Amino acid sequence: MEVPILKQGHYLIASIQSALTDADLSQLREALIERVGKYRSRGVIVDVTALDVMDSFAVRTLRDIAHMARLRGAETVIVGIQPEVAFAMVQLGLTLKGVSTALDLEEGLAFLDRQARERIERVQGRIPRG
Amino acid sequence: MAEELLVPIAADVDVVSARQKGRELAAEAGFSSGDQTVIAAAISEIARNILMYAKRGEIVLRVVMNGDLDGVVIVARDQGPGIPDVARALQDGYSTSGGLGLGLPGARRLMDDFDVASTPGKGTTVTMKKWRRRHA
Repeated sequence: MEVPILKQGHYLIASIQSALTDADLSQLREALIERVGKYRSRGVIVDVTALDVMDSFAVRTLRDIAHMARLRGAETVIVGIQPEVAFAMVQLGLTLKGVSTALDLEEGLAFLDRQARERIERVQGRIPRG
Repeated sequence: MAEELLVPIAADVDVVSARQKGRELAAEAGFSSGDQTVIAAAISEIARNILMYAKRGEIVLRVVMNGDLDGVVIVARDQGPGIPDVARALQDGYSTSGGLGLGLPGARRLMDDFDVASTPGKGTTVTMKKWRRRHA
């Protein structure tokens, strides 16, 4: 089951629609990293609202996506982790350390906008680098 | 409720189907949606272990009763290479497959009872249970 990837301005939005196999997750990773270059995207949102389970493979793949996208100049934010899923993830010991998260798509977009604004302000010297 | 479900594990789609069936069974047994997720996540981890280490195997899902407790029992069996050092395999961060090393220890944390029986060269059986108090 392929995950649809939408291009919205400088951002890519991948919204997962149903349970994904490991192969689907790996395919999503390749597709997103390829498209970050193709569309010169600055941000990636992965919407996992529809995922009813996040196991170690899913978490590792999301982490890889975020780290690879960053190496390609795009910021990633994972949105829509459900409360039960968050609970099970913590029990499993899965943390998504180093990966930005937001409550939902709206918050995710706001987060990326904020990041972009700060980047511009930094270039203009209004915020000290650091 | 003497229902028993056998899910063969031989491809990554089977991992998804095992955890979905586990969730359905847990729902039938009256588990909360939070517990259903926990059970599904544990099944996902041990089903993936079968695929990764033994290539194929099976998962048996069952609803059980014990006094005023209802439970689900998940048995994951394979005839793979076995685990040479079970105690070590149950430690966080230990992996021989390049994974996160959270599969077995993580699944153990999610479930109430957890047992691993493994003979090198013969295979591995993981038995795990989750219980809930039956409301009168």
